[in-house]
Amino acid sequence: MSIPDYNKVQLARSILSEIVSISRRKITIMEFCGTHTHSIFRSGIRDILPENITMLSGPGCPVCVTDNRDIDYCISLSSMPDTIIATFGDMIRVPGSLKSLQDVRAEGKDIRVVYSSMSALEIAENNQDKNVIFLGVGFETTAPTVAGSIIEAEKRGLDNFFVYSMHKLTPPAMKAILDLGEVKLDGILGPGHVSTVIGSEAWNFLARDYAIPVSIAGFDIIDILLGIKMLVEMIEKGEPKVINTYLRAVKPSGNRYALDIMNEVFDVTDSYWRGLGMLPYSGLKIREKYRRFDASVQFPVEVKECVENKICRCGEVIRGVISPVECLLFDKICNPGNPVGPCMVSSEGTCSAYYLYGARR
Amino acid sequence: MNEEKITLSYGSGGRLTHKLIKDIFIRHLDNSILSQMNDSATFELNGRIAFTTDSYVVNPMFFPGGDIGRLAVNGTVNDIAMMGAEPLYISLGVIIEEGLLLEELEKVVISIKDAAEEAGVKVVTGDTKVVEKGKADKLFINTSGVGVIPEGIDIRGDNARPGDLIIVSGTIGDHGIAILSERGALGFSASLESDTSPLNRLVASMIDTVPDIHVLRDPTRGGLAETLNEIAQASNAGIEIYESEIPVKGAVKNACDLLGLDPLYIANEGKLIAIAPEERVSLLLDIMHSSQYGKDAKVIGKVTGSHPGIVALITKLGAKRILDMPSGELLPRIC
Repeated sequence: MSIPDYNKVQLARSILSEIVSISRRKITIMEFCGTHTHSIFRSGIRDILPENITMLSGPGCPVCVTDNRDIDYCISLSSMPDTIIATFGDMIRVPGSLKSLQDVRAEGKDIRVVYSSMSALEIAENNQDKNVIFLGVGFETTAPTVAGSIIEAEKRGLDNFFVYSMHKLTPPAMKAILDLGEVKLDGILGPGHVSTVIGSEAWNFLARDYAIPVSIAGFDIIDILLGIKMLVEMIEKGEPKVINTYLRAVKPSGNRYALDIMNEVFDVTDSYWRGLGMLPYSGLKIREKYRRFDASVQFPVEVKECVENKICRCGEVIRGVISPVECLLFDKICNPGNPVGPCMVSSEGTCSAYYLYGARR
Repeated sequence: MNEEKITLSYGSGGRLTHKLIKDIFIRHLDNSILSQMNDSATFELNGRIAFTTDSYVVNPMFFPGGDIGRLAVNGTVNDIAMMGAEPLYISLGVIIEEGLLLEELEKVVISIKDAAEEAGVKVVTGDTKVVEKGKADKLFINTSGVGVIPEGIDIRGDNARPGDLIIVSGTIGDHGIAILSERGALGFSASLESDTSPLNRLVASMIDTVPDIHVLRDPTRGGLAETLNEIAQASNAGIEIYESEIPVKGAVKNACDLLGLDPLYIANEGKLIAIAPEERVSLLLDIMHSSQYGKDAKVIGKVTGSHPGIVALITKLGAKRILDMPSGELLPRIC
């Protein structure tokens, strides 16, 4: 059931006034998820919250946390003969060491934007004389559908469909940020989509081990404000718990079916995150059983020395240590038309949210 | 179904080329100027002329609510109409990829004919080329057009003035999302149609009653956000729009939510933005509401003296933020 717009605004205002009335302490809340970041900026939630509540954006943008070496690897894959790269749109503008997939597409490489890994499967089916490599980027939300595509490719007997898995798991990233201790967080707005798959219980360790309250929220203005209100309540009472405010989508144990498919195809592995470095058990690799679909095994292409832009501060933005406006490149050289780092590219990136929604002026 | 395909020999100038032009183009588009078959079309025009050109490369060629042919006529008709001009004559250049079904080409040409009739314009000159497989994507169309601007009309993108109100003629984002849906990008059918429509008759009735409209623009590629930014910059004026007032169909909103898109940046092909002095707006809305192309018209914001060159959006929560130009590739090409 959807709430009519007018009532929604009334409801949002009343939740906001509750937040104002219960909030006493000066607190910092991190929204983990990039889609939350964009929703918050788009609706102007940051501007209407009381001044004692600071919202900080977290690492929940899959493209942003993808390592430079992985981008370079994708570009090398695209240079192989008879190869079609299928990818989500966000990936193609991310600069690697020397160029982006968009640049090599302009040079004539066959790179196609898809909205789902199943579309990549269709491309493979229709181009049996080419190798089709899907760039597997995304968290627990995306990984099950990619796993499903691999299972489907096996069913259809496709021998020209491959996946380069750069999938990552979210709880280890949240843990890494807390362990680093660079930012002091009083509460965490938990990711709604990810939690739909992994379940609210997956975040229990935050309340238990770190005494930080978590509230899992959807992406509507009401969802987000309600999530913030629950956090403020827990913080003020000093009762850290995991509260699920996205009840219409998130179950305590998540989506068993999606998790089973993901586990069938992928195994947990250590993974390198931009900004956070190597995190143990934080990535997904394709299991031995499905290795014939694994582009990293089938096409061990060479990646030349990786070059990082030393001035770009995406890493610190991802960890919530600095705001994008503190980066020297922001708005001066780096903008969505000429992104230096991935945080400016992705529709979930923090720099892009700051830029698009006018925090620069 | 007729499986006959267009081959390179249809474009090499011989008998097949003539057959193609005669049997498909002339047959459906014929009029007294076109049938003269001279190297140029000749006609008389009086007054200030509006002259425009646009190319159409939409994929897929056929989509709910229209096809590339209807789009190619309406796009050019609307660009002329946005100057307050009455569109009269258009040219039609087609680049065909070898292998296109003759039947598909004919379907597009029939739809060009229908669209031209609906808009009241004539196709008076044309050109056909066939290129090798892979050198084009089925069918590319270019149309140019001319129209006459009535005496005393001065409608331009740099004409927005503080105090003016901003009207949009109907729901936004329909075309872009219909195209995405037809491509299967949504993974489900959005039951949406492209809004591709000729707006010249609507515009004629608007300027007939309110000749002092300051700005007319059709927010095509880049959507409402791009067009408003262009107007704000050209007019060196600030623009303020209200999120709660912007008409968006439920299906468009839902599809955008799912794909992480913003309807404000999605293409339209049958909508216009009108900017006019506040005291003229209620009359203008009455006129618009009586047309099928403007029945959902409403005021969405105003032109201000503050923040020149910048478009601000007042969100539903009452926060004010910048509505920026879109940047880079938002979607695969859709118009």
